[in-house]
This record gives sequence, structure tokens and C-alpha cells, in this order.
Amino acid sequence: MTHAEHAPDHYYVPTQSHWPIIATISLFTLMLGGATLLNGGSSTLLLTGFALILITMFGWFGTVVRESEKGLYSDQMDRSFRWGMGWFIFSEVMFFAAFFGALFYARTYSVPWLGGETSHGVLTHGLLWSGYEAAWPTNGPSDIGGFFAPMHPWGLPAINTLILLSSGATLTWAHWGLIEQNRPQLLKGLAATVALGVLFLSLQAYEYAHAYHALHLTLGSGIYGSTFFMLTGFHGLHVTIGAIILAVMLFRSLAGHFTPQRHFAFEAAAWYWHFVDVVWLGLFIFVYWL
Amino acid sequence: MSTASHTTDHGHDHDHDHGPARGLSRWILTTNHKDIGTLYLLFSLAMFFVGGAMALVIRAELFEPGLQVVDPHFFNQMTTLHALVMIFGAVMPAFVGLANWLIPMMVGAPDMALPRMNNWSFWIMPFAFTLLLSTLFMPGGGPAGGWTLYPPLVLQTGSAFPFVILAVHMMGASSIMGAINIIATILNLRAPGMTLMKMPLFVWTWLITAFLLIAVMPVLAGTVTMLLTDKFFGTSFFNAAGGGDPVMFQHIFWFFGHPEVYIMILPAFGVISQIIPTFARKPLFGYASMVYATASIAFLSFIVWAHHMFTVGMPLAGELFFMYATMLIAVPTGVKVFNWVSTMWRGAMTFETPMLFAIAFVILFTIGGFSGLMLAIAPADFQYHDTYFVVAHFHYVLVPGAVFSIMAAAYYWLPKWTGHMYNEKLGKLHFWLSVIGVNVLFFPQHFLGLAGMPRRIPDYALQFTEFNMVSTVGAFLFGFSQLFFLYNVIQTIRGGAKATDQVWEGAEGLEWTLSSPPPYHTFTTAPEIK
Repeated sequence: MTHAEHAPDHYYVPTQSHWPIIATISLFTLMLGGATLLNGGSSTLLLTGFALILITMFGWFGTVVRESEKGLYSDQMDRSFRWGMGWFIFSEVMFFAAFFGALFYARTYSVPWLGGETSHGVLTHGLLWSGYEAAWPTNGPSDIGGFFAPMHPWGLPAINTLILLSSGATLTWAHWGLIEQNRPQLLKGLAATVALGVLFLSLQAYEYAHAYHALHLTLGSGIYGSTFFMLTGFHGLHVTIGAIILAVMLFRSLAGHFTPQRHFAFEAAAWYWHFVDVVWLGLFIFVYWL
Repeated sequence: MSTASHTTDHGHDHDHDHGPARGLSRWILTTNHKDIGTLYLLFSLAMFFVGGAMALVIRAELFEPGLQVVDPHFFNQMTTLHALVMIFGAVMPAFVGLANWLIPMMVGAPDMALPRMNNWSFWIMPFAFTLLLSTLFMPGGGPAGGWTLYPPLVLQTGSAFPFVILAVHMMGASSIMGAINIIATILNLRAPGMTLMKMPLFVWTWLITAFLLIAVMPVLAGTVTMLLTDKFFGTSFFNAAGGGDPVMFQHIFWFFGHPEVYIMILPAFGVISQIIPTFARKPLFGYASMVYATASIAFLSFIVWAHHMFTVGMPLAGELFFMYATMLIAVPTGVKVFNWVSTMWRGAMTFETPMLFAIAFVILFTIGGFSGLMLAIAPADFQYHDTYFVVAHFHYVLVPGAVFSIMAAAYYWLPKWTGHMYNEKLGKLHFWLSVIGVNVLFFPQHFLGLAGMPRRIPDYALQFTEFNMVSTVGAFLFGFSQLFFLYNVIQTIRGGAKATDQVWEGAEGLEWTLSSPPPYHTFTTAPEIK
């Protein structure tokens, strides 16, 4: 801590590290493994890459945590991390925007056109898909994937919405605990948030099983199945990552890492969690409900 | 102040003014913005020659009608990979390299804001291109459906398909991290007194470019992911039979693709805005309007994407909206061109190589801008679409546009980076051969396009022969002239006349206050900007 106070007139530049190049090799192995597997090869490279990525994350983040605990980082470094995390979350928003865009485009344009709506759809419908009646949900004029029932919003999805919104509240409660140096509140709040995240994921897994077995709704169920599973799937992946980050924050809190003044790692995790929360609200409204 | 901080910080390893490590590990482990800038620029130069060789294969085949040199499938691989290599391997990394070298020196920062992530951003690139270029040796060859990856054609790609998609993911990750680093550096590491409206224009254009990158690279990642799941996991995003639409891909792709065009030209505007005032020995005319024009172009770039797909069958309202929005871009771009011309007006001009490239940029980029305006007219585009006119248009903005600005930047800052003056005679020779070559290469393509020659086809009708022959001669002239550039760069790195700190008589800005070459670590204590 003591060094950081001198920061304004002397910059802190981190030392060299071997983690970035290990990260590159891990990522390359993962990608090469993914491409090999998709081409019908073995999954060995992919799993190796995945393991390497995990090792990289432990190693790299561990190094940063240790440096931070030594008090090496200045306030300026802290602000760089803030900008970095903020813009990273913006890039994630844009990633989801691509899939939301696909959903809106399909619902507003491609499906109505296939059904013959507007002057634009007359020929498409008349010449190619004359038997098709536009509707949503749909698996398209060729009934790709066969009959399915859509996911009903007011069962599990509504409960999941409540769970995620509550987890946002427990996380903020934990943050207050951290600021007020109320350690039990911090730990309880974080533990509750992680537990709610895991509960959400379990219900989501149950919902997927229900969709595949009872509703015959699969990733291959035309455009509805595609948008449903890709959007909720990528969201679920992000909840998983967020829950892991929060679990790490819980362990770091147990180790006594954060102070009321300096705890950006916690805040970054919270930003990420709230982002995941907001994406879910968009999903609940546009994928499940409307 | 600084003395005090030195004593209190004494003993901590970050305080040593240590030089670079020795040997290969210097380059693999480096977190130094100058080293990483050099790596980016050298990688870009290598990719420029790889992509250029592919272009020469294309032009050799098109020298005469009929099929002589390569088979059509390989021709298609060349057009596809030439574009991917030049866009993601040559132009973008060159600008990121310039940003790495220059932005910290221009804003008075010691390094990039997130130096380790900077190393990661760079080193992903050679690995991503290994993945991409390895596809050339696979059964079925490399990707051959065009760099735009349109389905359903691209879904017919063989073993190369997942490699291409995952290589694009890696390049995207690299770009996003590079952009985050640049934004964080500019917003957080400016020296005291360096207010936003005092920043050099190169820094401004990169700030806005970085924003564009973070906004659209994830969209590209999203849409290629949809391609991947459509091919391997049975989704129907781009399959009408399942309720999707192949045109949907084009919309999402060009939502990335159009801002991408500005990602490749805004930093070029920044470079030119640094060079012209130096050699005109006058401050940049209309600095504030340059900033606002750059921001306007960036904003407009998000609402014009469908002008790439006028002929795909859009509702009339869409055609009109995208046509008018596209034409609006001419206004801020015009502001820029007029500002550059006004900067030169009554300046005490000299014409060293960087200035020659900069002036050629202003003239030839404007030609590309005008042909863009022609293409923006939807009913006229119905005629031009997918012809050589389009090829001529975007090569005018990208080669004598983006690439010339990179050449100009290289000549302009090479003495600062290396401490040696480049060979001016050889530089001028390179310039004149390039500027003649590039016009012989691309100008006839306008006529070919207007006469109806389609792009991406290895054969053509007899009446197109003469212009194609001229174009191919220009291509080889331009291509081989770049060897002079390579030679000049290598010679300058190895030695040459000693460069002064200011290098150019009219040069202003923080980087020119440093020695040439600058020490390994610069501005460890922030300079005061008045």
C-alpha cells in the first residue's frame, strides 16, 4: 500500500511475465484442438488446450493477485484495470447483440417474409414456400427438427429471473459489508450469491433436459431452437464464468484480501455479474416471454 | 518531486531503468510498447508480402483470358486469403504497431496501460495466421468462398472451415484486447496537462478506432459462431428451410464489416494529419473539426452497412435509408480533405518521402472516396455491384489510402525509431514506382467494372483483355517496387546517417523531444504539458 501513494509522479510499469506467451500457446492448442475435433479427429488436443487455459488462468491471475497484495499497484494501475474491465464488458454486450440481432431479424423479417408478408415476401412465399404460415415460435417451412413445444415463460424461467435478480441484491449487500468492514456480511452475501448462481445453473440444466426430452425442443429445432439455445447457452456459459469469479472472490475474502478502499477485483466481478443479470432480463423478455 | 519519489521507490525492481533482455526471450516475453510495436510492424510487413504474393497469383491468372496459371478453385482460395491476410494480417496489425510505438510517446506515458495483455495481443496473431494459412495444405485447400464468408457457399468449405472460423476468433480476441489497451492508455495515461483537445490527431483517430474495434469485433465473432453451429450443430440461422435467412448473415457480417472499413482508414487519417503539418511547416488547419469529423464518420459507420448488399433484395425503405446515410459520410470526409489542403495552402512545403506519400494519399484516397459515392447511389450500384468497379474502389481507399499512409508513417518515424535516416533517394524511387504502379494497377479496373467484368472470376470475356493486361503489369510493378521499401527499412535499421532528435524541421509533438532512438523506457516520470 505504501508505494502506491507515490504514484502520481512516478508511473508503475509491471515487470515481464511468461504468462502471456503461455496463454497464447494454450489458446492456440485449444483452437487447433477444436478444429481437429470438428473435422472428426480426436479430442485430446482440445482437452489439453482446455487444461492449459486453466493452468494459465491460475498462474496469471495468481501472479496479479500476489502483486496486488504486495501493494505494487498504483491508483493509476487500478484505473487502467477499471477501463479494461469496463470495455471488456462492452465487448461482451456486443457479442450478445449479434445473437439478439439474429433473433430480431428472424422474427421481424425472415419468418414473415417466408410466410408471404409485405410485397417483399410475396415471391419468396409464392415460389418457394407456398404452404408455410408465418408464426412464432417456428422451425421454418421445412419443419426442421420435427414437432416441438416452445418453452413456457412463467414456470422455471420466471423463477430463474427471481433467482438472478436476488443474486444481484445479495452481491450488493456483500459489497456494503466489504465497505463497512462487516466481514460476516461480506462472506454471507458472497456465499449466497454463488449459491444462487449455482441454483440458477442447475435449474437451467433441468430446463434443458426438459426441453430435449419432454418438449422435443433442441438446438436443431429450426430458427426458434437455434436462437433459444444459443442465447440461453452463451448466457449460461457467462453465468458459469461469473459464478467461478465470485467463488474466487469468496476465497480471497476468506483470505482477507480486500480493504474498503482497494478491492477492484471484487468490483469487477460484481460488474460482470450485473452484466450477466441484465442480459438475462433481455433473454427473459425477448426469448421466453414475447 | 521526482527526486523524492526516486528515493522512496528505491529498491523496487520496477524502478531500475533496465534495458531489454538478451536474445529471443526479449521478443517473446516483452511487455515494452516499443518492442511490441516493432513486432507488430515486422509481422505486418511479412504478411504484406504474403498477401501481395497471392495478389500477384491472381493478377498473373488474369493477364490473359482463359485459364493458364492456376485452377479456378485455387484462384478462389487466393482471392479469399489475399483479403483476409491483407485486412487482418497486414493493415490492422500495422496500425496497432504504430499505435504501440507512438501513442505512449505522444501522450507522455511510460508504456501501454496493460503491458502484459499487450504481449498476449501480439503473440496471438502469428498463431492465428498459422491456423489460417495451414488450411492451404489441407484436403480441399483453403477457404475459397470469399473473405466475406457468405453462407451457404462458405458452408461447403472442406477441412479448412473450422480452422478459418477459429483463426478469425483468435484475430478478433487479439484486436479487442489491443483496442482495450489503447483506450485505457489514452484515457488514463496522458501526462498532466495533456487534455483531450491537445492530443495529437493520431491519438484521437486511434481512440475512436479502438471504440469501433471493441464494438464490432465481437459481432464478427458472434456471426462466425453462427456459421460454425449451422455447419456442425444443426442450427438454422442462415437456412430458410428452418426459418432463418442467408441474408441475415450479410446484415450481421456487414454490421461488423463497414465499421471495419473505417478501422482501417481512421488511423490513416491520423497519420496524414501528423505528417502534412510537419512538411507544410504550419499547424494543422481545423484541428477541432478534424476531431468532430472523425467522430461523425465513426458514428455514421454503424448505420450504413447495407450499402454492401443493395442487390440482395431489401425493402425499398432500407435501400433509401442506407443510400442517404452513406452519402452523408462524404460530408465529414470532405471536411478532412479540405483541412489537409488548407494546411498545405501557403505552407513552406518540402517534399521528403513521407510528404510525397501523404500528398498521394490525399489525392488518391479522394478518388476512392468519389467512386464510393458513385457506389452509394443504390440504383447505380445495381449496375456496379460485384464488378471490378467495386474492386477498383476499395483498392483505391486501401492501397494508396491505408497502405500509403503506413508507408508514409514508416518513413516519417523510422529515423525516430532507429536513430538513423533512411536513404532518401531510394525512398523517393520507391514512392514514384509505387504511385505509378498503383494507378496502372487499379485505374483500368474502373473501366473493366463499368464495362461489366465480374469480380472473383478467374476467366473473362475477350473484350476485357487489354485493360487486364495493363492492370497486371501495374500489379507486378507495384509489387516488386515494395522490395525497395524492404531494403530501405533493413538498411535503416542496420545503420545510416545519424538522425537528430527532432528529425524533421517542422515536426512538433512529445515524441520529437526524445532522443533518436528513444531510450528503452521513456517518460517514467510524466512530462508537464503546457
